This record gives sequence, structure tokens and C-alpha cells, in this order.
Amino acid sequence: MSILNLVFEIFSWVAILLGSAFMVIGAIGTLRFPDFWSRVHAVSVADSAGMLLLTLGMCIQGGFTLVTVKLIIIGIFLFITGPTATHAVANAALVSGFLPKGADRFRRKIVIADNAAKKAKKKKRSPLKGML
Amino acid sequence: MRHHLLLRVITKLLVGPILIFALYVQFHGEYSPGGGFQAGAIFAVAFILFGIVFGLDKVQEVFPPWLVHKLSAVGVLLYAGTGVYSLMLNSTYLNYSSFSPSNPISGQHWGIILVELGVGITVASVMVAIYYAFAARPPVINDEEW
Repeated sequence: MSILNLVFEIFSWVAILLGSAFMVIGAIGTLRFPDFWSRVHAVSVADSAGMLLLTLGMCIQGGFTLVTVKLIIIGIFLFITGPTATHAVANAALVSGFLPKGADRFRRKIVIADNAAKKAKKKKRSPLKGML
Repeated sequence: MRHHLLLRVITKLLVGPILIFALYVQFHGEYSPGGGFQAGAIFAVAFILFGIVFGLDKVQEVFPPWLVHKLSAVGVLLYAGTGVYSLMLNSTYLNYSSFSPSNPISGQHWGIILVELGVGITVASVMVAIYYAFAARPPVINDEEW
């Protein structure tokens, strides 16, 4: 029994330390990366992984208690909201015309879609504007 | 709005759990950290999130402005009424123990629940009212002029 406890303890601490490392790496990436898109990438991906690992480690520490249930609910909530917030930020940047380096092909696509929508609607108003 | 499909789906998913969590914080306030103010803020956040994603008209169908303004007064009246009720029981203002003289602990539970409910209702409706006041302003810059 004590060996099983030891295994659980080691596993949970490995998960917690790995999650903390992910969080720290994500924070460093947010500060040090050169432009907006790589920063968003660093903070969103590393945060999701770090949050999951931290929650897993704390669940193992909690055992079969109410705390574990609350941790699982928090984990599900953050797993849904974190990527959604990143999507909202990145989407707002893309729609307002802020493109990554070397994405001119994509800009042309947006302009083509814009023109097609203008022709279809025969309005002065662009479909890409006003969505923010 | 076609562009905001993901946000709309996630908002529909999250508004219910946020309201339930606000009620949990509200009615757990006397045993654990939490209480009326926090619960009211979380309750208002659900409506503000709904309003940001779906627009002001949709959220005002659910929670109309006249109801918001009435409720912000009802909460204060509930708070003050609890105090006046203990005055009518020949005790001091907001003395919860006088609600049940045989079992003062139970009386204090009832008093705290009523007062926190008043605080929660007022905070939630005032925050939603502030959001309505900001969101109902006409935009300074039209969409076409960006």
C-alpha cells in the first residue's frame, strides 16, 4: 500500500512540476517572442497543457473527495474558456487586417472574399468590417 | 454574426453553469468564503457575457431594463427590511438572534441568508444596469467609417 502511495505521490508531483514548467515557458514566450501571432501561440498552447497537468496532479493529491470533483469542474471550464479566449483575440486581430509575416496569399483571399460579398450584396458596407 | 459562431456556441454552453455557480456562491456564503457581493457580480457576468455576444436587444428580452431598476431597489429594501423586522421584535437593528429566541444560531443563519440575498440582488442588477447604460449609447464611430 505504501508503495502504491509512493507511486501516486511521485506521479502527482511530476505532473505538477511539469505543469508549472509549461506555465513558466508560456510566460517567457509571451514576453520574449517577436510578434503577436507567436506570442498568442505560446501563451495559449502552453497554458492549456500546463493547466491540465496541474489539475491532474492536484486531483491525485486530493484523492476521492469533493475537492477532486471541484478540480475536475474547474479543469473542464478552463479547457473550454482558454482556447475560446485565444480564438476571440486572434480572430479580432485577423479581421482587423493584422496578418502574420508572409501571409500575403491569405490577404488576397480575404480581399477576394470581400469583393465577392460586396458584389453579392451590392452594398457599400464590407462584410469583414463591423464584425469586431 | 456568422463569424462569431464559436463564441455563440461557447456562450450558450457557459451561461447556465455561470448562473448555477453564482447561486452556489450566494447560498454557501455563511459557511465558506463567498457571499452576496461576489455572487451578484458572477450573476451579472452571465448576463453581460450574453449581451456582449448576442447583442443588447436579446439580453433585454430576458432581463428587461424596468425589471433591473426595480430589482436594484428590492435588494436594498430586503436588507433594510430585515433590520426593521428585528426592530419590530423589540430588539436592535439587524440583530439576527431575535428572529428565533429559543435557537439564536438558527436565527442568525436566517438573518445572514436574507441580508446576503438582498446584497446579491442589488449588486447583480446594478452591474447589469451599468452595462445597459454603457451598451445603449449610440456609437461614436459608425461601422462604415473605420
